[in-house]
Amino acid sequence: MSTIRSRLIVIAVVAVLAVISLVPRNETQRVPDAVTGRMKDTTVRRVPIHLGLDLQGGVHLALEVDQSKGPVPDCADAIQRAERVVRARIDEFGTTEPVVQIVGRCRLVVELAGEKDPSRARAIVQRTAFLEFRITDMKNLFRDALPGIDRALAQAGIRGTAAPVSSVAQLLGGDTTKGKKKAPAPADTAGANAMSSLLFQGQLPGEFLVPDEQVARADSLLARPEVKAVIPRGLDLKWGTDVQSRGARPYRPLYVVEDKPIITGEELTKATARRDQLNNHSVVIFDLTRRGSRKFCEATGQHVKDYMAIILDGKVVGQPPIINDQICGTGQIDLQSKPLTEAQDLALVLRAGALPAPLAIVEERTIGPSLGTDSIHDGIRAGAAGIVLVVLIMVVYYRLSGVLAVSALTLYVLLTLAGLAAFGFTLTLPGIAGFVLSIGMAVDSNVLIFERIREEMQHGKTLRTSIDEGFRHAMSAIIDSNAATALTALILYEVGTGPVQGFAITLLIGIAASFISAIFVVRTFYMIWLQRRPDMVTLSI
Amino acid sequence: MIRLFANANYDFISFRRYAYGLTALLIIPGMILLALRGLNYSIEFTGGTLVQVQTKAVVSTADLRGALDATGLKGAEIQNFGAPNEFVIRARLAGIRQVSDSQEGGTQEVAREVSEALTAKLGAGQFTIRHFEAVGPKVGRELQGKAGLAILFSFIVTLIYLAYRFEWRFGLAAVLATVHDILTTIAFIRYLNLEVSLVVVGAVLTMVGYSLNDTIIIFDRVRENLHKFRRQNLYQILNLSINETLPRSILTHGTTMATTLALVLLGGEVIRPFALVMTFAIFTGTFSSIYIAAPILMYIEKRWPGKDERGARVFTGRTSEAPAPVPTGSGPGGGRARAAV
Repeated sequence: MSTIRSRLIVIAVVAVLAVISLVPRNETQRVPDAVTGRMKDTTVRRVPIHLGLDLQGGVHLALEVDQSKGPVPDCADAIQRAERVVRARIDEFGTTEPVVQIVGRCRLVVELAGEKDPSRARAIVQRTAFLEFRITDMKNLFRDALPGIDRALAQAGIRGTAAPVSSVAQLLGGDTTKGKKKAPAPADTAGANAMSSLLFQGQLPGEFLVPDEQVARADSLLARPEVKAVIPRGLDLKWGTDVQSRGARPYRPLYVVEDKPIITGEELTKATARRDQLNNHSVVIFDLTRRGSRKFCEATGQHVKDYMAIILDGKVVGQPPIINDQICGTGQIDLQSKPLTEAQDLALVLRAGALPAPLAIVEERTIGPSLGTDSIHDGIRAGAAGIVLVVLIMVVYYRLSGVLAVSALTLYVLLTLAGLAAFGFTLTLPGIAGFVLSIGMAVDSNVLIFERIREEMQHGKTLRTSIDEGFRHAMSAIIDSNAATALTALILYEVGTGPVQGFAITLLIGIAASFISAIFVVRTFYMIWLQRRPDMVTLSI
Repeated sequence: MIRLFANANYDFISFRRYAYGLTALLIIPGMILLALRGLNYSIEFTGGTLVQVQTKAVVSTADLRGALDATGLKGAEIQNFGAPNEFVIRARLAGIRQVSDSQEGGTQEVAREVSEALTAKLGAGQFTIRHFEAVGPKVGRELQGKAGLAILFSFIVTLIYLAYRFEWRFGLAAVLATVHDILTTIAFIRYLNLEVSLVVVGAVLTMVGYSLNDTIIIFDRVRENLHKFRRQNLYQILNLSINETLPRSILTHGTTMATTLALVLLGGEVIRPFALVMTFAIFTGTFSSIYIAAPILMYIEKRWPGKDERGARVFTGRTSEAPAPVPTGSGPGGGRARAAV
């Protein structure tokens, strides 16, 4: 009696714990406020089982340090620093359960459940957000060097297209304030204007416009060693972010800037997005550290009336503004007519800091929320059908013992789900499939025991002995076969990624749960049965 | 009460040669097909882009192909997926254009092109991208290596476990039976031209677990019967053990089949390849436990006879003395074993 009682207590405790771990509970989520776009905490009530990206929809990104533009010697260190920055950004980005995780040595995995806009997620994660302020080429040193560049290119056998340079003047209209565009050097060789024929002087010193379709060519010419050698020291070339139209043709601005920044984004303490009331532009307002503020003050003081390029990730944002007066403490980046959300995202990445190295996406998976809902629906439907069939087979074949096995199976389902919830594992679509499959396999232990009891009874043993022997003899087969399955599941977990790991986890928890339910619980049921009817000679099996 | 195959007394082992023929008939053409055409790997393995779209109106795959060709995205594979207005477009890296390792961005490019082509063809808002995947070539290659490693590793672990719990000869027989199962499953995947995704590799590994499970149940009975009936030869013990575990096999395979069939029919497109492989696994696992694992155990015993604790040769079977003539229906099966009780 006492063994039965203690067994029942154990079962009751396990069942209660399982139910408790599945009770819907309040969880705090960070979600973006619909009105202000800021993050706020809300409370939701739900069953605490984590659903994988494939079930609730979302974005999965795997990133590595981009080595295509030069090798990064210590990728592990770079990815660790990147992880901190990305995490800081993602925490503000606003998804419910973001995952930012280093996988292996040099790979960063970011999972944003419920995120519907993969391109925005990509931009937030991938943006280096390296901010610099540099003065443009006020002395027109680059323009003066253009003939030299053309000559260098001509020597290398690259000729211009002999485009009529005169069209440039009309093109730029009357607003060309600076002294004439680069004088097409009375070339020693005709057509030695490979570079200059691509560049049209812009409105301010150090600004050139390149026809959009020629950008790639200009870029490749500028990257040539003979050109680099002729570009005056202390200057750098940066493309602009926005295409400008002159007449019907699109042009991309190229800025010549000093190679040393006044300050960089490291000196930023705060950045907020705002809409400028005067011109309705989206702007990002930033504050500087005391040190940065001092440096900025000093430098802008020296460069009053000069133009200052705001360079983000190697590209000039907007048109460089003129420095009207010394700027200290705070400044602003004008995004002009870009939507406010873009300004908000920029403020976000500026606050979180720059990535130590650019990141390349090596894998991306986006699952729409509707697909996830469909998957859950299909999974539940298949699971229900499978369970009904298994219950029917068991009850029809084993009668009352089958009913015992089925009630143990209920506990099995409960325990498996509770295991997922309690250990914080994620339920994925293959996980659901694994779960459904495991229901069919979970009764195996009971089948082995029942068949063995039938055999023992057939050999003429008493009911009590048959049951004891049945359990005892079936045990070695149950242990060995489950151990073999558990070992393959472990390997699957080690090797697999995302969804497959979810599958392996459900399989493993299922094996553990079936040990408790099929063996311990069914055994207890039999003990109660025999206790109540000690004179019983036949068993409903 | 209902009892299926209770006290069955079939001479399973005597049919082993027919069984070999049957399985060879399945495996050999499958392997030839495999050598000629390879497997249909998912983009997880090959690298590339997958876009699953649902259109508002029903469109034909030909129309979609036209739209994609117009954007210059030739060689993409378009497939109807479950519903007439749902499609999966796959662009594998190798088939699309030369993308070198450094250009991981190539996959992103394809996604943009697909989206543009669809907008041009159907108009904006007339389709939803339900699922999108872009896998760089490096990740794909890593995964291929890992999948193979997983299967190899599971063999080693099983071998060690069975050597520890049973004896190395049992372990070897079980692993060889599993190799057979993997071959038949690959042939099966090839015949149906199922897409080999990570989930399908997961199914193959689960199949390995399931088949081992089944083999172990029979071997466990063999182990027990070897101790019980010392006078029987291995041939008889094997037949006896298979017959004794037959009701269990029918029941368990029945319940498992109920769940895999439910998954095949109702589980949806994503799960179907997994469920198909698992359904097949039930057949090949059962078959190999009886006709591969058991006879191999016999051959291994003949080649490397073991000794029991008394120092006598344990598994001395008639089959080890002379090549057995294919016994007729009433071979020296479980009948005599049972009489010895």
